[in-house]
Parts: sequence; C-alpha cells; structure tokens
Amino acid sequence: MGQTISEKILSAHAGYPVYQGEIAVVHVDGIMATDTTAPYAITAFREIVGKSGRKVWNPSRCALVIDHAAPAPTEKISNLHVMMREFAREQGCPLYDVGSGICHQIMVEEAFVRPGDVFVGADSHTCTYGGLGAFATGVGSTDLAAVMLTGKIWLKVPQTIRIEYTGTLPKGVTAKDLVLFTVGQLSISGATYQAIEYCGSALETLSLSSRMTIANMSAEMGAKTGIVHPTGLTLEFGLRYDWTPVLPDEDAEYVRRYSFDVSALQPQVAVPHSPDNVKDIREVEGTKITYAFIGSCVNARLEDLQQAAHILRGRHIHPNVRLLITPASKNVMLAAVQDGTMQTLLEAGATMTNAACGACVGAHLGIPGDGEVVISTANRNFKGRMGNPNAQIYLSSAAVVAASALTGAITHPAEFL
Amino acid sequence: MDSHACIRASAYVYEGALGDNIDTDRIIPGKYTKTLDISLLASHVMEDLDPEFRYRFIPGSILVAGDNFGCGSSREQAPIALKAAGVSVIIARYFARIFFRNAINIGLPVLEVPHHAIAHGAILEVHLREGTVTDISAGVVYKATRMPKVMVDILAEGGLVPYLQKYGDYVL
Ligand code: SF4
Repeated sequence: MGQTISEKILSAHAGYPVYQGEIAVVHVDGIMATDTTAPYAITAFREIVGKSGRKVWNPSRCALVIDHAAPAPTEKISNLHVMMREFAREQGCPLYDVGSGICHQIMVEEAFVRPGDVFVGADSHTCTYGGLGAFATGVGSTDLAAVMLTGKIWLKVPQTIRIEYTGTLPKGVTAKDLVLFTVGQLSISGATYQAIEYCGSALETLSLSSRMTIANMSAEMGAKTGIVHPTGLTLEFGLRYDWTPVLPDEDAEYVRRYSFDVSALQPQVAVPHSPDNVKDIREVEGTKITYAFIGSCVNARLEDLQQAAHILRGRHIHPNVRLLITPASKNVMLAAVQDGTMQTLLEAGATMTNAACGACVGAHLGIPGDGEVVISTANRNFKGRMGNPNAQIYLSSAAVVAASALTGAITHPAEFL
Repeated sequence: MDSHACIRASAYVYEGALGDNIDTDRIIPGKYTKTLDISLLASHVMEDLDPEFRYRFIPGSILVAGDNFGCGSSREQAPIALKAAGVSVIIARYFARIFFRNAINIGLPVLEVPHHAIAHGAILEVHLREGTVTDISAGVVYKATRMPKVMVDILAEGGLVPYLQKYGDYVL
C-alpha cells in the first residue's frame, strides 16, 4: 500500500510500516521548547524524574530558546529565563539566549532539524519545518517533558490532505498570500488532526524561506503537520548537509485533495479576529492603519525584509504610522545589515527591535493601543493576540505591510513595485 | 483522577458564535502565560471572551462548548488555567489537537460529544471510563467519541507525569 510523506517518515522512525489511523510510538530526531513552554516542561520533567537521577535522553538534541519575551520585560519573566539557563547548563542542552531569534528560525538555521526528520517542539508553529520536508509537530509542555526523558512520542498517524498549486504567482504576490488564501479556503479547523501536503509546479521554484512561510500556517488550519514536497528544495541560510528527499508514493491515500491555480491570485488579507477571515485585498483597500508590523516566524526572514525594502526604498512611511520590524533571527539581521536592507528600512522610518517573537505574542515590544488598527505579517489575529483585545489586527505579506505603512491605509503593493 | 469516577455537576455553556473556535488566546492571553503561578493564570482565564467568567463560574462545574475548542497555540497554560479555575470536565463537539492532548496530560478530563443540545445550568453526569454524558435535566444520554487507549490510561493515572512516574515509558 502506498504511503504519504508523513506515513513514510513516521514508519522510518517507528521501525515498522505505519499507516493513517494507527497509534505509534516514534523516535524523534530533535526537540525544542521556548520561554513560554519550557518552564512548565522543566517542572514536569523534574516531577517525573524525581530522585531517580534520570537525565534528558540526548541533551545535544534538546534545544531551549528564549524568544517569546526577550529580553525579559519583568523580573518574573527574567526569573523563568534564569530557570531555563540553569536547566540547560545542568543537562548540557544548547540554549539560545536573548537576541538569538525566533525558535523556529533557529532550529532550521542551526540544522537542528533536517529533511525527513521527526521533530517535536513545544510551540504550535513547529510545523514550520515542513518547509524543509520534515515531519514536525507542536505539543504542550508535559508532552515535551516526556519526550525529553524518553526520546520518543506516541501519536496517531494522521490522514493527509493534498493541496496542489499550479500556475505562477503574479508579481507582488507571495507565499504568504498563497497560504492565507488556503487558510481562508480550508478554515481554522479544516485540517484538525490531519497532515497537509503542499505540492505542485507553483511551489517548485520557491525558496526555503517561502516554503517555511507556507508550512508555518498549517497551524492556522489545525493541522498536525504541513509538509511542502521537497521537489526543487534548495538549502538556504548557509546550510550545507546531504539529504534525501522523502516524497509520497503514487498510490498514497489522501483524505481530500484540492487544486488551486495561483496565476490570478491577488494579495490576501486576514481581517479581525480570525486568521481564516481572509479577503482579497481589493475588499479591504483603504482601511486606515496606524501600526505596521513586520515580524514573527511566518514572515521575518531576509526575503521578507528585502520585499519591504524594495517598496520603501527612497520613500518615507506615513506620519500617522509606526513601522516596527522584528527580524526572525540575529543571522537574518546580520544579512540585512550586510546587503543594505537594514539601512533602507531605517531610512524609510522603520523601528528595528532585537530578533525575537516580539509584538506577535503581545508580551512586549510593541503592544497596540485601544482602537488601533494593525497590519501585520504574523500568523494570528485572534482578539487580544498582540496584547490588547481592543485592537484590530489584519494579516498580510510583508509587501502589503510596507505599502500600507507608506499610505496609512491597507494598500496593494503593486502601486510601489 | 479516578477514571472510574462519575462526575456530577452543572453545565456552564458557551453556544453559537461564542462557543465555536474558542482559541487559546481567549482562554489565557499570551501576556499572562509567563508564570508558574497557576492561581494567576486562573484569575485571567477567559477574560477577553467572558470577563464575568471567573465570578460566575462555580468551581466543579462542567464547561461545555462547540467546535474546535482550544485552537491556536500549544500553551499548556490554557487547560491549566481552566483546571485551576475549577473546571472539572470540558465537553466540546470537538477539540483542537494540542489542547486535547494537553488537557489529558495535566489530568483534566475532556470529552468530545459531536452532537449535543446541553443547556446552560443543566445537571450532567459524566462517566469517564464509559465515555458517556447523561443530561439529567433533559433526560438524554450522549456517547462521547472513543479515545485511544493510551489517553484513557494517562487520564486514569491523573496525567502524564504520574503515568510516567508509574510506567517510566509509554505502554501501548
Ligand atoms: S513569532 Fe509569534 S507565532 Fe511564531 S513562535 Fe513566536 S509567538 Fe509564536
């Protein structure tokens, strides 16, 4: 019987062939927790271990990242960071401290995860590594504590939805528009408990960064994982290792299939308060905004900053708007300094923060005020998401955010391309 | 939690638009999650959706919602906050994946009842091992979706921590 990508990867990690619907215990290649989830995972880990002296199963494969509230905005949070540093030292786990960047970007940049791996992260957007062709899934803290100890996780082998994209993306239309469109079609619960495979000719020329953007928002459809077919995948971020693509069998069994021609796709915008409230930009153009945000694990890589810089070059943002940019990692930031992107953005009036989750999760680094309208490159616009339930959050690509920052209203980037 | 136990309590119901897709940001906003103090989590639970929740919710009651309860982030603080606020069981038509696992892992019983018409204030009797919900007020018995055995076992031990303390590994 043919297998999907998920079935193949999970079979390789279970040690025998597994198929959708089966419960299996699989070995994992790497795990990760952040400053939101690690403190509870560490507490649970210590409780399970008790006085037995058992340690993390393989410390070099267990990363801790301080990114959700970094640098610490309060002493309480700072104490949680201290707890993480102590645990990492005691167990010998790598720790990515304040300023390193967003966990998901770091896991890929540092080759913590590779194509064909099973990766478990205590963050719902762990599915981002599907852009690399890995089976990566988000769990909570206690599940992670169990994997820390055993190097294994139990899971139900998911059914898979296959989504094929044909045609070519028009100018100014990006992977973010493609995935926002998809979330709008499938809805916020459209892939609950299921895996998604993204494939088709429209994806084969996309960069790893763009593939990560697509896989990232699998979480917004409730998926367990979302994997972009590794056809045409080229490593980025200076990565160099050998890998073998895992592709599905011809006769793999899919629970549903979709096919979209992206040739006429327009920029897409998710309107408040749900990421699946997706509209064509023409329907929301002209909506006044005061806060523009380029950041988060979905869209804050060099290609996104470059897209914004391309639009902002030689121009200045609207006087009523503040444009906040939070790069995905220190490496992204350095690359943007080296190629002049950073200068262009700063000269256009942007404010640059350290690499972190920043405003995406509403802990600090740019919480909107009451009644403010935000255009953001992040992946979630739930009520209160950025720290204020009285703000309105619209989601789009970096190109739309940059164009809107120039005019003070949601704007089609074509005007500036 | 004794999984043979039967929990009898009244229902606190979210219906319609209010009851579907209740996301983890609504259950506990991200700005409050960075603490190990669970009473602090409980004091902010549901506040953006239902500011009255923590005054009106009677500890021990059963929370009842619609589709896709707990969608969004992986934060375990969401079920922890609900449990700390006194929620004894959550019933939904279906749950978001990570929330469902997290709730079981911390020993908070969650039951998927795909079709129900439970009214606010109804007296319910929940049998965890059998997976049934009896609506005593309406005189109806609902059957919950069957959980994988490993989840039933984890819940029976009171969560994943006591489960692993006992077994040391997953036992399928
Ligand atoms: S950037 Fe936002 S969505 Fe991504 S991991 Fe951080 S908080 Fe979560």
